[in-house]
Amino acid sequence: MMTKSVTTSNLAALQMKYFHQFQQRRIHVQHFTFWGELRPQHLKETRVILQHSGMIDPREIQEYLAVGGYSALAKALAEMSPESVIDEVLRAGLRGRGGAGFPTAKKWQFTRNSPGLPRYLVCNGNEGDPGAYMNRLLLETNPHSVIEGMAIAAYAIGAERGLIYCRSEYPSTIQTMETAIEQAYQLGLLGKNILGSDFTYEMDLARGAGAFVCGEEGALMESIMGRRGEPRVRPPFPSIRGLWAKPTNINNVETLANVPHIILHGAEWYAGIGMENCSGTKTFVVIGDVEKPGIIEVAFGTTLREVIYDICGGIKGGKQLKAIQIDGPMGGCLPSAYLDMPISYDSMQAVGSLLGAGGILVLDEDTCMVDLARYFMEFTQGESCGKCNPCRNGTTHMLEILTRICHGQGRLEDLDMLEWIGEYLPQVSFCGMGQAAPEPVLSAMKFFRDEFEAHAVEHVCPVHHCRMPIHAMAAAA
Amino acid sequence: MIKQTLTPAFPSDDKRWRIVETAMKRSNYQADALIETLHAVQEAFGFVDESAMQFVSARLNLPASKVYGVATFYNLFQMKPAGEHTLSVCTGTACHVKGNDQIVEFLREEYGLNPGDTTPDGKLSFIGARCVGACGLAPVLIFDGKIVGKLSVDEMKQKIREWVNDES
Ligand SMILES: Cc1cc2nc3c(=O)[nH]c(=O)nc-3n(C[C@H](O)[C@H](O)[C@H](O)COP(=O)(O)O)c2cc1C
Ligand SMILES: Cc1cc2nc3c(=O)[nH]c(=O)nc-3n(C[C@H](O)[C@H](O)[C@H](O)COP(=O)(O)O)c2cc1C
Ligand code: SF4
Ligand code: SF4
Ligand code: FES
Repeated sequence: MMTKSVTTSNLAALQMKYFHQFQQRRIHVQHFTFWGELRPQHLKETRVILQHSGMIDPREIQEYLAVGGYSALAKALAEMSPESVIDEVLRAGLRGRGGAGFPTAKKWQFTRNSPGLPRYLVCNGNEGDPGAYMNRLLLETNPHSVIEGMAIAAYAIGAERGLIYCRSEYPSTIQTMETAIEQAYQLGLLGKNILGSDFTYEMDLARGAGAFVCGEEGALMESIMGRRGEPRVRPPFPSIRGLWAKPTNINNVETLANVPHIILHGAEWYAGIGMENCSGTKTFVVIGDVEKPGIIEVAFGTTLREVIYDICGGIKGGKQLKAIQIDGPMGGCLPSAYLDMPISYDSMQAVGSLLGAGGILVLDEDTCMVDLARYFMEFTQGESCGKCNPCRNGTTHMLEILTRICHGQGRLEDLDMLEWIGEYLPQVSFCGMGQAAPEPVLSAMKFFRDEFEAHAVEHVCPVHHCRMPIHAMAAAA
Repeated sequence: MIKQTLTPAFPSDDKRWRIVETAMKRSNYQADALIETLHAVQEAFGFVDESAMQFVSARLNLPASKVYGVATFYNLFQMKPAGEHTLSVCTGTACHVKGNDQIVEFLREEYGLNPGDTTPDGKLSFIGARCVGACGLAPVLIFDGKIVGKLSVDEMKQKIREWVNDES
């Protein structure tokens, strides 16, 4: 490919040229929709970061330029100071999409003001939640939007080097990203003197090797440095002491993908989407017993009812909804009474759980909540890094109890024991994993106590999912 | 001269050690490159055994315990060679609730395989994957890298039986 560096002055002309090429091949649109996973936009969806996914070929940077790509970076470099970029993101109200909803601009500010050079930027693409692939879809359908977001973030915090950490279970994501990074280098959109400015930003990809806990920011940095992925003590926060003991800013893939849109369309536009204190959109992967499972992007403030019944077509086979479980293996479940709750970081916190990264599991009346709790505990126990005793042993103990209960060998005291360990873990575990591990169990016990008692005391599974021993069934009959 | 005697020899004259060597060289034999190096071993040989760990430890100047610690920490690195054919069953949430829990049970009962096991004749490995990122297709099975989704439990059992018969 003959390449010529893109500069602020020829960017628009190039975009125009590629747009004409792009228009001529729009026939193949469906080809890039990631195994047909991305459906056409539903009326109740708001697509910001997914607006070009499926339309453009992720393997060609020209296609991203054709839809106006890298204009935001050009605008930031030519017209804005790093401080004003941070200010724009602050006024937009962007919050971290990695789970906790921490204000992004504040984190950038901390890193920018932190002494020590060089500073690093890390994009967290570990996405370990089973049953969720929002980041994967975004990286595979529009890799350059994340690269552009990272370049703007790096400019804002004053970092000259960035890394994207990709989950090794997604080889096609790694391949797409590597191609995208290479093409961005070829056009001078990464590297030295980007777009003819004096801003330099080098970018690399780091591979994970299959560990859920490496999504935790401390463990992530350890893993990048070639070590066991065990969380670090906080504080010092990464913004003070991160990679190679230098100031490091860690953001989720989706957080960074929002940045170009904010810079291009302005903070006021962005703040107008979603709710006050929680602006913008969020992608969710809806799985389980719905008619149309898959990925969606909605504005904050959309209710769970709209997501499940309108966008995803309701419960499969016309059955009754039993519970909604949010945020994967460490999230809480909610009974159907919460259907009209608007989705936001704060509303979730108000009911005692976290919004998390974006997994929504819909469960119908045939679901055994005890088995589900056991399943999640099995996951957490298997992924516990083992650094701290409470999480390592607490999850093991909880799993033993839940397994016993599911096999018809439980006792009433087991439920007290689960609660006791469950209250203890959040207080004493070293990182967020052990702290949140009991959440699926405790929330299920809170809302479906009778089901746990049926298993533990009467040794029956009300929905006939768990295979109880014959004698237990007979005794209960 | 001294440098040469200190340089650890390749564990065998297998050409694939050169690939591993190149991977380490690319990162200047930095300890930070341990995971990338283990990736190279895993890709070249299909598993990371003790001789590989000893070699990497000597070459990157790291204690063998550190290498062992890292290699065993990450799910991707396998200590034993995989079977000729691999069946991955996704055990992620979407697939679990759509019936893959019963498939795990089925493989245990019918073939005596637990996740991570390989048949004694080395023909078939069974892997329990943690969500392969295709949840919309749940429940997902992967036969030697080929994704099959959206089947009922009975259809999956049927498919596994056929595949095992064809491949053995
Ligand atoms: C056990 C655990 C796993 C996590 N996994 C991820 C992950 O896969 N992706 C992610 O972006 N953040 C993950 N996080 C959150 C990160 O620690 C961190 O808060 C986040 O990357 C910050 O990005 P944000 O400010 O853009 O949200 C995880 C946290 C914990 C405790
Ligand atoms: C009280 C508090 C103070 C924080 N201070 C900083 C900080 O100084 N610098 C920074 O980069 N992040 C800071 N963070 C953000 C965390 O590093 C982290 O990204 C965020 O809390 C997400 O948590 P998680 O990793 O558990 O998901 C702070 C978070 C909290 C709750
Ligand atoms: S007290 Fe026990 S768990 Fe904690 S570090 Fe020491 S040996 Fe490990
Ligand atoms: S809470 Fe669990 S995952 Fe976190 S450091 Fe402790 S053992 Fe590791
Ligand atoms: S849960 Fe099986 S592919 Fe995600």
